[in-house]
This record gives sequence, structure tokens and C-alpha cells, in this order.
Amino acid sequence: MVYLARWTKISIIAVCVLGLFLSLPNIMSENLRMKMPSFLPSKTVNLGLDLRGGSHLLLQVDLKTVATERAEELLDSLRPELREEKIGYRRLNDIENGVRVELREESDLDAVKKIIRGINRDAEITVKESTVEAVFSEAGIQEMQDQTMGQSIEIVRRRIDESGTKEPTIQRQGDDRILVQLPGLDNPEEIKRLLGTTAKLSFHLVDMDGRGTGTMTLPLADEPGQTLAINRKAELTGDMLVNASVSQDQGGRPAVGFKFNGVGAKKFCKLSADNQGKLFAIVLDKIIISAPRINEPICGGQGIITGTFTIKEVSDLSTLLRAGALPAPLTILEERTVGPSLGADSVEAGKIASVIGLVGVLIFMLITYGRFGIYAGIALIANVVLIFASLSSFQATLTLPGIAGIVLTIGMAVDANVLIFERIKEEITNGRSVMSAVDAGFSRAMSTIIDSNLTTLIAAVILYSFGTGPIKGFSVTLMIGILTSMFSAIMVTRLLIVSWLHRTKPSILKI
Amino acid sequence: MALKWIPDNTNIDFVRLRFITFGLSTLLALLSLGLLISKGLNYGIDFTGGTLMEIKVVDQPINLGELRASLNSLELGAISIQEFGSLEDLLIRLPEQAGGPEQQKAAIDSVHSALDQKFSNVDYRRTEFVGPQVGKELKEKGLMAVLFSIIGMLVYIWFRFEWQYGVGACIALIHDTFITVGLFSMTGMEFNLSTVAAILMIAGYSMNDTVVVFDRIRENLRKFKKMSIYELLNKSINETLSRTIMTSGTTILALVALWLFGGEVIRGFVYALIFGDWDWNIFFHFCSGARFCYI
Repeated sequence: MVYLARWTKISIIAVCVLGLFLSLPNIMSENLRMKMPSFLPSKTVNLGLDLRGGSHLLLQVDLKTVATERAEELLDSLRPELREEKIGYRRLNDIENGVRVELREESDLDAVKKIIRGINRDAEITVKESTVEAVFSEAGIQEMQDQTMGQSIEIVRRRIDESGTKEPTIQRQGDDRILVQLPGLDNPEEIKRLLGTTAKLSFHLVDMDGRGTGTMTLPLADEPGQTLAINRKAELTGDMLVNASVSQDQGGRPAVGFKFNGVGAKKFCKLSADNQGKLFAIVLDKIIISAPRINEPICGGQGIITGTFTIKEVSDLSTLLRAGALPAPLTILEERTVGPSLGADSVEAGKIASVIGLVGVLIFMLITYGRFGIYAGIALIANVVLIFASLSSFQATLTLPGIAGIVLTIGMAVDANVLIFERIKEEITNGRSVMSAVDAGFSRAMSTIIDSNLTTLIAAVILYSFGTGPIKGFSVTLMIGILTSMFSAIMVTRLLIVSWLHRTKPSILKI
Repeated sequence: MALKWIPDNTNIDFVRLRFITFGLSTLLALLSLGLLISKGLNYGIDFTGGTLMEIKVVDQPINLGELRASLNSLELGAISIQEFGSLEDLLIRLPEQAGGPEQQKAAIDSVHSALDQKFSNVDYRRTEFVGPQVGKELKEKGLMAVLFSIIGMLVYIWFRFEWQYGVGACIALIHDTFITVGLFSMTGMEFNLSTVAAILMIAGYSMNDTVVVFDRIRENLRKFKKMSIYELLNKSINETLSRTIMTSGTTILALVALWLFGGEVIRGFVYALIFGDWDWNIFFHFCSGARFCYI
């Protein structure tokens, strides 16, 4: 029967009106949107970075170095304890995710195990003759990695905030990656430089008497090629800083001023009192920035770091110190930056292409199917409205390939109508009356429409799950487009055709 | 005022044409294979890794040869420079630099300064850097996406129709994707992530068309039990011919609009879609019956 229940008609119209309401904010000016009462929808389509301009950075956290560092820490705590217990060893070194001790006497095995357990409760210990290997447990490594990722994301966020970039999106991706999206930023060099530095600051005593044990040799920043041996153990670290700012030394050269927290200030006071006359080294990312002599106890909790800095370097360094050190170095795996001019051009081009595509399809349908073509055209416009309504209310991101998806949908959406109309034509040729031909056209074409749309939907869903960035945007609009087009091409055209048939009751139909 | 693009009751003997269409499609598939082996694809930085910059030089003529020479003197490996849509827009591609992110940054910086020195007003419209590791992953992911969506669609066909249809659709699908990839090899157009997406969509649409024809074959099989399979296939293909032409027509209209006005960035993507959609849909429409006949 060519008949639509009253409630079906009402709900079709209701969906279209709702769609119109939800999509309207997109063509309003920002001013108008602000002035609207709050119960009206005001969400607009969320433009992707390729359309609004901005920078997308994929960073990798070097988790290996964290494991190595932890192993070194374990080693550093183990060494003095072994000495204290007078346990002789032939070799003591770090291995992957842990340490190895080669003992002189097998009788010391139990004592060593106990010491290791004391330092790291969860370590997995294996013994082979007189060699003890202790590695961090699976759970311990997992926890360490999660912690490192959490910290890294926090520090990245703070550094980006410090740089004044607005609305950044920072999220973990996979095991060891961080995705950073910075809308509106067309030159990410500054951010990249900030993120490329670990900024691990530590204060060490210089090995004045050349003991050699528990020391490390690091290069000097000011004198290329020169090195200095310092104590491995850091007396104070960057996380004890509460502030860092641009300052200058007595000679007026740029320097970084810093302030310790309570614990740091106390420690520094004691350190400087106990080690007067000695050198202490300020180390940043395994390079000695400076190694001044301690002339008198410094108990104010404040100081400056001097070196051959430019003003820019000083300002960067103080930003970094304020934000804190990254627990592990970051590498940039992928960068995609679109300038605002290209983004705006793309939006403009997309608009023009969509409108021209739409008009082209409308004309094509009109000259092919006449009145029914107009109905299909109205359904197509309803479809576009519904796509924008869905994009706005779900806040899905519209990308440039997404615009391509919409244009493609405009072209493909009439397929359902074409299937129906061709079917009606056939049924009329086969001698059916107008009403029954229309009825048969809709019902027979239905299974074909569903089959063909579902296959495309499958492709779109898979594209969504495997795609990255802009490709995801393409599949989103395509999925939305397939669903809305099925509604509009089937329901909206049906409503239009049925009401026309009931109004005029034609005895012959020309399509 | 309705206009007919295709006369009513067409009666083209598609099944008789099967030798021609089948031969032609086999020939094209072989050609594509040959091209892929001998020439390969022009992979974009999405897959190879490297840096891509799009710049716009305002109010100043660009001497490509001179620019090429000066950028080559930076010794950053094989730099490619090409015009991008207009005389003012350039695409510059740098290979991945050895030595980690520091080196990438340094390379980009040195190109920037060389450009700034040469032109007074350079607009850096786009910069993309893809590390080799990510490139490898994107390649794998792209391949997986293609494989899984083909499998997904086939499973659906299998489920909705009988297995013979599934095999027919499978051949059509692999053939389509193959030839489109072959076209990319032939023209040397950049093959990147968007291309993979476009190819997937082409697969989807070719499937779409196949489904419509199969649907009709199935229906006619029930309706005309006594008709010979030869006649039945011809009838089904002829009956669905006008729909294929109409839908391809509207899709192509929309895509051409996108191609002409949608901007340079997605032109390659649209190109693949247009190519896959238009010629082949109609061509495959002719072939679909033939394939079915063989099974």
C-alpha cells in the first residue's frame, strides 16, 4: 500500500526539523550564536587541524632509558651495601632491566639476595653458581612504564601551557607514544625545541681527589672536548626547584635564577657548609653547565646558573626547569603542520566544491526524473542538513578528506532514489497501475539498497578502525553520510511522493 | 521533461561479449602487475618517511632550476621540488635524514633559511614529517585495512547470497583494486595514505555495483525458472544498466566538482576515486555477468 502512518509522517518531518535546528549554528555568525538563548543548539562542526590550521605531533617516549636508569640506581644503592657487609665481588654491572653480581664466595649468596630484596622487594632473582642476577618483575616494569608515561604527559602539558599555546590536546597512544595536537599553531619549532630537551637538572660534587669509584666523567658545556669527573650520586635534583626565571650574573650576562623548595634549601645549605672550597657541578642532561667553587655556605635557597647562554636559551631553560624534567627523552616520530592560510583555503575550496557538486547532482536528477527528481533533490538537501546536524551534535572532527567524504556522499546518496525510480519505471512498463508500481518500486528496491549500503558501510567502518588522522575523518563523514542518506532517500522521498500521489491521484506517471 | 540517458529495454548481449570483456580485464590486470613489478609505486612520505613542505611564494617569480640548485647545495640528499597546482605553490620533499630528530629539524631549518634568503615573502603552508618507523606502520596498517575490508565485504556477500556470488564478487574486487593501483604506477602519481582510503572506497563501490547486479540475478532466478541462464544474465545486466549509469553519473558529477574546486591537497585522492568509479564501474558492469557465467 502506498500509505504512511500518521506517526511515521510526523517523525520523518520531526527528524528533518531537528536536523535543521542542529545544523543551523554552522551558518550563523559567532556573534549571533553568542546572543542566542542557551536552550537552542549552538554547537558547530569541529574542524580538524588540516582545516583550521595547526600542528599534530606524535612523540615517542624512550622507555628503555628509564629501565637503564633504574638499573643504575639499583646498582648505586647495592654497591655501598655490599661494601658495608664486606661481601667481596669480582664484578658488579647492570644488565637489561636489572643488575648482575659475580661473587667471590658462594657462601655470600643468601646475604646478597637479602640485600637486593631490601632495596627492591619485587625483583626476580636468579642464581647461577656464584653469579646473582636480579631483574625487575614484569609488573614492576609495567608500573614503571605507566608511571613514566603519566609523568611525561604531565610534563609535556606543562611545557606547552608555559609556552602559551591554547587548547592543546595531549593523549597517550599505544604503549610508549604521546599524541599532541596544537590547533592554530603554524610554527611548532618552538614547541619542538621545548619538547626535545629532557631538562634533567642535578647538582653533584666534583671528584676532587680522583677516587674513581662511584664517579662519572661528563663533558663541559663551555669548553668543548674537556671533561670533568664528578660523583655519580646527585646531591640535589631539578625536582627540588620551586621556581626558575631569567636573571643575570654580576657581569650582566644572562643567567638562570632558581629557588629551591624547603627540603632542597636545607640540603643545599648543609652541602655548601660541609664542602667549602670544593667544586660542585651543575649538570643538565648529562652535560656540565658550570662547576663553581663553594666559597661560603649558601642557605637562602636561591642561586643562579651561569654559563655561556644567550637570552633565548636562558628563557627556554627557565621555562623547562619550571615545568620540570621529562622522565625520559622524547623523539618526534611524526609531524603534520598546516598553516592557517592553507586551512582557510581548503575550507573555502571544500565549500565551493560541495555546493557545485550538489547543484550538479540536483540538475542531473531533475532532467532525468522530472518531478521525482525534484523530490530526490529535496531529500538530498535534507541529507546534507542531517550530515551537518550529526557532525555538530556528535562533535565529530571534520577534516579535508572528510569534506571529500561529504561530496562523495552527495553523489552516492541519490543511488537509493535511482534504484527506486528505475524500479518504478520497470513496474509501470510491466503494466502495473501507478499506485502499485510505486509501492512495488519502494519495497523491491529496499533489499538492494540495504545490501549495497551495508557493503559500503563495512568498508567505512574498517577504514575508521585502521585509519589514522585525516583518513579517520573521511570514514566518519562517510559512515554518517551512508546512514543519513538511507533515511533521507528512502523516508523523505517516500513522504513527498506519497503525499503527491494522494493529492493528485495521477493515472499515468512519467518518470 | 524527463530525459532518458539509456533507451528503455536495452538488450545488449553482454554474455556474448564476455570473451572481449573478460579478455580485456585479464589483459589490464596483467598490465598492472607488469607495471607494479617493473616500475613500482611512487610512495609518498606517509610510507617512505621523510619531510614534505608546501610553500607559497607571493609576488615573486620562481626559477625552479635555480631553486633546485641552491637547495641541492645544502646536501640533504635527493630533494624533490614540484609545482603544486599553481606557479606560486611548491611542494618540496626531503628524504629522511640520518641521525635522529635533531638532524630532521636542522634540515628543515636550513631549507627554511635558504628559501627566506631567496624570496622575500614565503608562506609555509604545510609541513609534514614522518619517521621511518611510523612510515612502516602506516604501510602495514594500510595493507591491513585493505585486506580486512575486502574480507569483511566478502563475508557479507557470502552471508546474503550464495558462495558462487562471493567468488564472483571477490574476483571483481581484487581486479578493481589491482587496476587502480596499476594506474597509480603508470602515471607515477603519489601513492599515500589518502590513496589507500580512496582505493578502499573504490572497492566498496565496485562491490556496491556487483551487489545490485547480483540482487537482480537472484530475483530473476526465482521469477523466471525456465529461462536459460544465458538469457537470464543478459536480462539482469540490461535491467540494471540504467541505474549503474545514473549513479556513476551523479557520483562523477560530485567528484568532478571536488576535483576542479576542492583544492590541490585532495586532488590525488579525488583522482583515484574518479578513475575507480567511472570507467570501471561501467566496464565491470559489463563484465559482472561474464564472470558469473564462468563460475
